[in-house]
Amino acid sequence: MPKCPECDADVTVGVDAVKGEIVACPDCGAELEVTETAPLSLALAPEAEEDWGE
Amino acid sequence: MSSTPTVGVLLSRVRVEEKLLLEDLERRHVPSKVIDDRELVLEVERKPDLGVDVVLERCIQHSRALYALSVLNTWGVPTVNTFEVADICGNKLLTTMRLIRDGVPTPRTRLAFTPEAATAAIEELGYPAVLKPLVGSWGRLISKVNDRDAAESILEHKDVLGTYMHSIYYVQEYVPKPGRDIRAFVVGDETIGAIYRSSDHWITNTARGGKATRCPVTPELNDLCVRAARAVGGGVVAVDVLEGPEGPLVNEVNYTMEFRNSIDTTGVNIPAKVVDFVLETARKAKQSEE
Repeated sequence: MPKCPECDADVTVGVDAVKGEIVACPDCGAELEVTETAPLSLALAPEAEEDWGE
Repeated sequence: MSSTPTVGVLLSRVRVEEKLLLEDLERRHVPSKVIDDRELVLEVERKPDLGVDVVLERCIQHSRALYALSVLNTWGVPTVNTFEVADICGNKLLTTMRLIRDGVPTPRTRLAFTPEAATAAIEELGYPAVLKPLVGSWGRLISKVNDRDAAESILEHKDVLGTYMHSIYYVQEYVPKPGRDIRAFVVGDETIGAIYRSSDHWITNTARGGKATRCPVTPELNDLCVRAARAVGGGVVAVDVLEGPEGPLVNEVNYTMEFRNSIDTTGVNIPAKVVDFVLETARKAKQSEE
């Protein structure tokens, strides 16, 4: 099971996860990005920048 | 080419919305291709060979969306939304000017270029007034200016600490609203659903904790929102409406709309409606080529 790069908690990711998907760490709440699906790897998602939005 | 177009989904991150859109495409067996804007290189001198018939733009960064759409549209690649819509909706002043041009009611707005002129504009509108950055989302860096002391302080901070874009002062009247505003989803010529966003805070964005409940789409609301959508160039947009004392006012139009909190609330399959529109856009583009 992949670990949260921020707090080292175990992070459960759905089997249908896709590369680029954002998941939240259940322990520390950090936003994590699925960087690879096989094998599964997680990285901290980038912080919001000024022109982010909808 | 097969009759089913291949849909490119241009994105930065696969958030809930992008996942729902990709799932809808897959469910319908529509060929799709994820285009990650972090890996994209556009050779601008020729038509981009992305291997897709239409591009659904879902970038989280306005600048990336804007410039990618500029290249794609210049070369005739159909996109949802278009460069024009991204350009207008990504800038609050340009949006305001389109709404005014088309007679869509919107809050009274002033534009100024120096802190002194902005102070005069705020005093003319009256306290409280609202200062907004031209570019930005999720209610960030929006200030409710309650008195002259606050005005001078905020304007000095923007002048000294901000980039030059923060010294273009966009000042709006504060519209007293009943603890909520309306977010309406427009696809093409139809308002497909709407929510109320309620909050004790004057900023009601759901990204900032506003609570979503269903808002009925009356013929009047549909008409107002479709007119607002057309004013900015049309497509798939989310229109923010304030219920002012003298009637509804269109506050903003968003071109890469977030809808995760609105599917259950409205009972409308928003991603399916978006995909319908994308496929229709591809078909129309194909027809006009032939």
